[in-house]
Amino acid sequence: MNGSLHLWLIPLLPFAGFLFNGILGRRLPKWLVTTVALLAPLAAFGVVLNATWVLFTIGPTLGSLPYVETCPLPWISIGALHVDFSFVLDQLSLVMLLVVTGVGFLIHVYSVGYMHDDEGYARYFSFLNLFLFFMTLLVLAGNALLMFVGWEGVGLASYLLIGFYFQKKSAADAGKKAFIVNRIGDFGFLIGMFLLLANFGTLTFTEIAAKLAANPGWQGGILTVIALCLLLGAAGKSAQLPLYIWLPDAMEGPTPVSALIHAATMVTAGVYMIARTHVLFDHSPFALGTVAVVGAATALFAATIGLVQNDIKRVLAYSTISQLGYMFLGCGVAAYSAAIFHLVTHAFFKALLFLAAGSVIHAIGGEQDLRKMGGLWKKLPVTFAVTTVGVLAIAGFPPFAGFFSKDAILYAAFMQGAGGKALWFVGLVTALLTSFYMFRLWYLAFLGKPRSKEAHPHSTPWSMLGPLLILGLLSICGGWIGIERSAGWINMERFSGFLAPALGARAAESGSAHLELILSIFAVAVALVGWFVADLLYRQRPARPAQLAAAYPDSYKLLANKYYVDEFYGATVVKPLLVLSTYLLGWVVDKALLGGAAWLLGGIATFAGALLQRWQSGNLRSYAAWLAAGAAAVLLFVVVPWSAFLANFGIHLNMAGH
Amino acid sequence: MSSFFSQEIPISWYLLLSAVLFSLGVAGFLIKRNLITVFMSIELMLNAVNLSFVTFAHQWHAVKGQIFVLFVMVVAAAEAAVGLAIIIAVFRARATLAVDRIDLMKL
Repeated sequence: MNGSLHLWLIPLLPFAGFLFNGILGRRLPKWLVTTVALLAPLAAFGVVLNATWVLFTIGPTLGSLPYVETCPLPWISIGALHVDFSFVLDQLSLVMLLVVTGVGFLIHVYSVGYMHDDEGYARYFSFLNLFLFFMTLLVLAGNALLMFVGWEGVGLASYLLIGFYFQKKSAADAGKKAFIVNRIGDFGFLIGMFLLLANFGTLTFTEIAAKLAANPGWQGGILTVIALCLLLGAAGKSAQLPLYIWLPDAMEGPTPVSALIHAATMVTAGVYMIARTHVLFDHSPFALGTVAVVGAATALFAATIGLVQNDIKRVLAYSTISQLGYMFLGCGVAAYSAAIFHLVTHAFFKALLFLAAGSVIHAIGGEQDLRKMGGLWKKLPVTFAVTTVGVLAIAGFPPFAGFFSKDAILYAAFMQGAGGKALWFVGLVTALLTSFYMFRLWYLAFLGKPRSKEAHPHSTPWSMLGPLLILGLLSICGGWIGIERSAGWINMERFSGFLAPALGARAAESGSAHLELILSIFAVAVALVGWFVADLLYRQRPARPAQLAAAYPDSYKLLANKYYVDEFYGATVVKPLLVLSTYLLGWVVDKALLGGAAWLLGGIATFAGALLQRWQSGNLRSYAAWLAAGAAAVLLFVVVPWSAFLANFGIHLNMAGH
Repeated sequence: MSSFFSQEIPISWYLLLSAVLFSLGVAGFLIKRNLITVFMSIELMLNAVNLSFVTFAHQWHAVKGQIFVLFVMVVAAAEAAVGLAIIIAVFRARATLAVDRIDLMKL
């Protein structure tokens, strides 16, 4: 490699921005805050682009990857445990970095317009920069512990930004919920890390891979346990069953935050982590199958809830959970590159959809209820256009981005035997539901007649339109990296070929271009059906949805109340914990034991003081009497021959000189 | 006659007198209520000590004891000046010299 790629700059630049705006931001003029906040991610993106350019054009290039940068000072060195600050750039982290810093920068720009008159402007941008710092740290980390630092850090940034409007109780509660639910996942990650250390003696990803490559026969057993622990961590961060409940509530944060953290980047960290540790999963078919089942179940489950949500951001939140389920499904059938591909395209079109939703919310004065929108296409033409692109992309119509990546995952699932066929079918049903609820959103928000008189849409600033247009373009073209240049029809060769050195080449496929074509036609047909049903219900007969809901009240209530999962967790986990905390820990331990001990100690001191204070009577003559008594005692001691007296009893005082 | 006066008075008599005077001083200090009497008791104790100093100085033919007595007298004079000033100030403020009632430090 010619010279250094300066990877360390990628996290540190946003961190500098965080420190600057976090410490000084409130006292500085707005233009300076904006400049610093935007320059930090832009410069980080520049460093990533430079690295990409160097890799593709100048140096001994891609073949030499992974490229490692290690801090000369060791981080932890205790006995056998040796952990460094090491950054690793390989094909996987390069793709992630491009997405994180690129989409991250666009969302920073968008935020300038979206947050322009918010009181916490500088605070907002310092948190956003802090998030980028931890996210790039997570992506670049060369060992599990450094990744865990970034992992916890993005959780912190997420907490801070969900609770950004902390005066609102629901926002503060949502932040706490996200943080606490993620703790459960992090527990799994930590246990997985301990087991890795115990069984491999190292936390460095490359060394773990090397040890596994040296023992190809090592299957299952402890590897399954480790992989399942890591899966628990990934499920927490990536909002999979059963830990997805925090993500819908996370929509309390500002909309650009939902786009950046809760759609495009942070929630995909779980997928990234599984891809990063894929060697472990490769050696444990059971864990891999669990990943696939969790992913497919989540995809379907979240999609059904998304059907009946009325809050525009919540529809998108459930769709995010559902799409993350797709990525897990991809990982679970060992099609890691397909999962990463979907991660990338999803980052484009879901960020686009969130930002477009933010633009709608911004324009009509904070209203998020789809039932109060309608007819916005005339007033917000650009937003309407890019939303259309986003909807087509997520529904999976060619040539938009989502089509290629979703197809790649479904195809990979289909090739995995009978179980894979079932997974493929679940994915297909999910695709149908996805298409339906996205077009439902589209019809309700943009078409039809305006259903609210108060809405006076005002124009959207260019700082918001620019990122929308760029993301719109990426949502159209982003999937084309998956097209093989020579072949006539889609498959994953080009992108998966690029990722192969980092993720391992997939086993030879028995599939054919014909089969893939047929599957693609299935997927598109299903998406068309979804569109058609949405069109039927929300354009042609707007009264039908209410009638349907009335006809099937039980199913509707079940979906509208999100399967009562929150209530279930509340009754089975939160309530017992609260009772335990209030009564056992609060009353018995805290009040009775600890409080009692403190009261006892204080009481003894007070009582002793009350006794002794009588001595200090303030009466001069009593002091004099004590003085005289003391003098008399000393006299008595000196005059009376005590040693001789005591010697009668066999006691010998230790006199000087003896 | 002369034999009677030329005869040495035993040292124990002096010391006994000193001890009696000192004890009287202590007793007065503890018992009397009037601040001036208490003050005089202190003077009595000091002079009892002076007497024993002089006695021992005579007995051991050492001049140090007598010098100490002079020191004690000087300090006692200074103390008397300060003490009487305080007593007058207390009387002005409290209109009493009863020790039992000058008890502002009482809890």
